Amino acid sequence: MIAAAFFWLFAAVLIASATMVVTARNPVHSVLFLILAFFNAAGLMLIAGAEFLAMILVIVYVGAVAVLFLFVVMMLDIDFARLREGFQRYLPVGGLIGLILLVQLALVIGTWTFAEEAGDLRLAPNPGGGLTNTQALGLLLYTDYVYLFQIAGLILLVAMIGAIVLTHRPRPETRRQDIAAQVARSGSVRLEKVPVGAGVASLGIRRPPALEEKPPEPARVEHH
Amino acid sequence: MAVGLAHYLGVSAILLVLGVFGIFLNRKNVVVILMSVELILLAVNLNLVAFSARLDDLAGQVFAMFVLTVAAAEAAIGLAIVVTYFRNRGSIEVEDISTLRG
Repeated sequence: MIAAAFFWLFAAVLIASATMVVTARNPVHSVLFLILAFFNAAGLMLIAGAEFLAMILVIVYVGAVAVLFLFVVMMLDIDFARLREGFQRYLPVGGLIGLILLVQLALVIGTWTFAEEAGDLRLAPNPGGGLTNTQALGLLLYTDYVYLFQIAGLILLVAMIGAIVLTHRPRPETRRQDIAAQVARSGSVRLEKVPVGAGVASLGIRRPPALEEKPPEPARVEHH
Repeated sequence: MAVGLAHYLGVSAILLVLGVFGIFLNRKNVVVILMSVELILLAVNLNLVAFSARLDDLAGQVFAMFVLTVAAAEAAIGLAIVVTYFRNRGSIEVEDISTLRG
């Protein structure tokens, strides 16, 4: 009973905030409503018994993706009023297509039933027996689906490299270390024999020669 | 009124329709279009979790996790493209994106 009440609460807030995401005037509000929608979807998943996925949804979507959206929306200096111009023009066609899609989905959901042997066709039946959802998922993910798991990691790596390559721009005004130039440097470094035991009192502080009394550049040695 | 599979399917169908509606409504703003795509993928995940709970089959939850991974990668790449495009052109209007004359 309580679960049903929470289901309706989460579902109502989820749909309301999703509506606000697509209709909000300000994209910053859109992102904030998107975060609310993700939280409520995580609640729905909790009610369905998928605890691990709900927590992952909160961590990945709210913690990473939504914050990424927020950063981009706030960092780009976008004229939002101009972006809203076609709003009224696209409302009828968007509403029509959405309505058609909704009717079709309702027809599918209303008439569809499970096959007789659906229970026997399960790929990974829940082991049960005191295992939590997270433990059961881990047992499955690291055995049967380990290659897919690795490929998922590879996809994330490629996405990371791609995002860096796309947004990185070399700036000429910054000074960067040029290791080859440092290694190839010659002439400004001198080796000197200092009398042993003399100390600072008699020798004074030894400083590198000033620019005008620079010693003649030694002959360059070719390395082959 | 007990909560069953059909309720979850209904909620996620409405969510998916809202996502598609958002793509049509915000034809100019790429960032909101990306958010609508996230809503659509969230609807897919809800469907997968609902079926997984109903059939007591964990494969659906594993699949939902992979969908989540790909959605995160897609958001990162999409936003990187938006940032680069804005840097080059000073706008993110979809109708301006016609360099390839597609």
